[in-house]
Amino acid sequence: MALRSIVLPSFYQDSVALMRVAQALRGGEGVREAAALMGTPSNHGILAQAGLASAFTEKAGPNDLILAVLADSGSIAEEALAEAQELLFRRRAPAVPGTAASPRSLDAALRLLPGANLAAISVPGPFAKREAMRALQSGLNVFLFSDNVPVEAEVELKREALARGLLCMGPDCGTAYLNGTPVGFANVVPRGRVGIVAASGTGLQAVACRLAGLGEGISHGIGVGGRDLTARVGGAMTFLALDLLKRDPRTEIIVLISKPPEAEVLAPLERTLAEMGKPAVVCCLGAKPPAKSTARWVETLEDAAQAAAALLKRAPWAPRPFSDPEDVRSRLARLQGGARLGSLLGLYTGGTLAHEAHLLLEPLLGRIPYNEERGDSPHRIVDLGDDAYTVGKPHPMLDPGARAEWVRRAGGAGEAGVLLLDLVLGKAAHADPAKALSEAVRAARADAAKGGRVLHAVASVVGTERDPQGMAGQIRRLEEAGVEVLPSNAEACRFAALLLEPELAGRMPEEAS
Amino acid sequence: MSLESLMGGPLRVVNLGLELFAEELRAEGAEVVHVDWRPPAGGNPRLARLLEGLEELDRWED
Repeated sequence: MALRSIVLPSFYQDSVALMRVAQALRGGEGVREAAALMGTPSNHGILAQAGLASAFTEKAGPNDLILAVLADSGSIAEEALAEAQELLFRRRAPAVPGTAASPRSLDAALRLLPGANLAAISVPGPFAKREAMRALQSGLNVFLFSDNVPVEAEVELKREALARGLLCMGPDCGTAYLNGTPVGFANVVPRGRVGIVAASGTGLQAVACRLAGLGEGISHGIGVGGRDLTARVGGAMTFLALDLLKRDPRTEIIVLISKPPEAEVLAPLERTLAEMGKPAVVCCLGAKPPAKSTARWVETLEDAAQAAAALLKRAPWAPRPFSDPEDVRSRLARLQGGARLGSLLGLYTGGTLAHEAHLLLEPLLGRIPYNEERGDSPHRIVDLGDDAYTVGKPHPMLDPGARAEWVRRAGGAGEAGVLLLDLVLGKAAHADPAKALSEAVRAARADAAKGGRVLHAVASVVGTERDPQGMAGQIRRLEEAGVEVLPSNAEACRFAALLLEPELAGRMPEEAS
Repeated sequence: MSLESLMGGPLRVVNLGLELFAEELRAEGAEVVHVDWRPPAGGNPRLARLLEGLEELDRWED
């Protein structure tokens, strides 16, 4: 076994580019382990843990790129490193030979693209405010994907945006649809009559996809970031976005997706919705609907899509726990073997889906720790896209490997009886996320069986047939690995709860046998 | 002007950070210039904040 590494000084690469290089390195024959990382303090820890650190790599700073390979022989490792370097230098070359290389600053880019109307910013959090502020001050709207941005910076940015009449979508904004063009993580959905304002990327994706399934499309989808309806931020971008949709002739109905608005923001929000002149559906996950509202308040993302579609069709609608109770009954009959299944482990890549699961399941199963150790509760839900799990790493929607590891661990020594999962498709997401997930589920189920345990996996898929990954194929892959795929996250949660505690059927009226 | 053009016209995007987003936007037909961004101040956030403060001072003095 031989360890080889190189350090490329001042060779910054984004986390997705690094992931691609690391994957190429690991794919080589005879390569046991490999890494492509910037030399930040936390990355040095990761290298040490993986057995890839050396006195040489330790000298690398945060702007220096480390490539390290552990392989069967020195020559294999050296060859892999040479290939990785070639891949990196090819990426750095101009797209069209003879043209200038990419500009190095926003100002230089604006000289190349006069009339630019949007800056898409996904630099690491500590540097995001600086770039976003410059973009706003240059008269650009901002789509700010970066997370780990302090709330004080968000307040300043949004104040600047408002003063200039610009949108600052984010921080932590994953998805937008602007005049029909998807930005960030977005599914291929039709253009239509529903305008969405969303404090959450996966929330926007989930509702847009379900609307597509119901034959409706979206006019615009405006992301505002998860903290917009807090008192600190004051709904700055939500109110601007609602005003845009109010004036937009294409938009016939509004859907607002958020965490519960803080009290200071709720009253002005209600006033604004009442003055829209268009019907509104509000899905503030975890909020108690106000006693009187002109808007239709719903509890889940699925219900938001259903309610909006019904309003457009002027059809009556009421929430239901399952869209196909008969199918649910027969699945439960097939899976429930009499023995208690143990605990629930929710492993999510979509933050809002994880949050929704937590809200739906705590009233059914009791306290469930969220993004923390289990403590005294048997259950646990983890949002692997949370800031805490993504520092220096690509989001789990881009790199399914991290979640697959968690799933595998749930097999052998784990105590889980039911894994609750999401799978988010669409542009910018991984090309085949179901592959890594289904392989991990297979392995975990086999390991659990060896230990005499039953391990079920329940999932929902956010996507459309027109997504690059194709919805039907991804569902098939999961089902072949024994995953029960439900039509929405809410249904998957209720189904998981019923698997664990069949007597809960009595609390879901339609399911009482 | 910029907000109206964003909601009513084609997207013209400057991309800083993940090049993947530039690739996806180009595939959608948007005009995109990708910035070959690198962390300022050698990737040291504390130094970068100091630099930011100096830049703000410069703007204020202008």
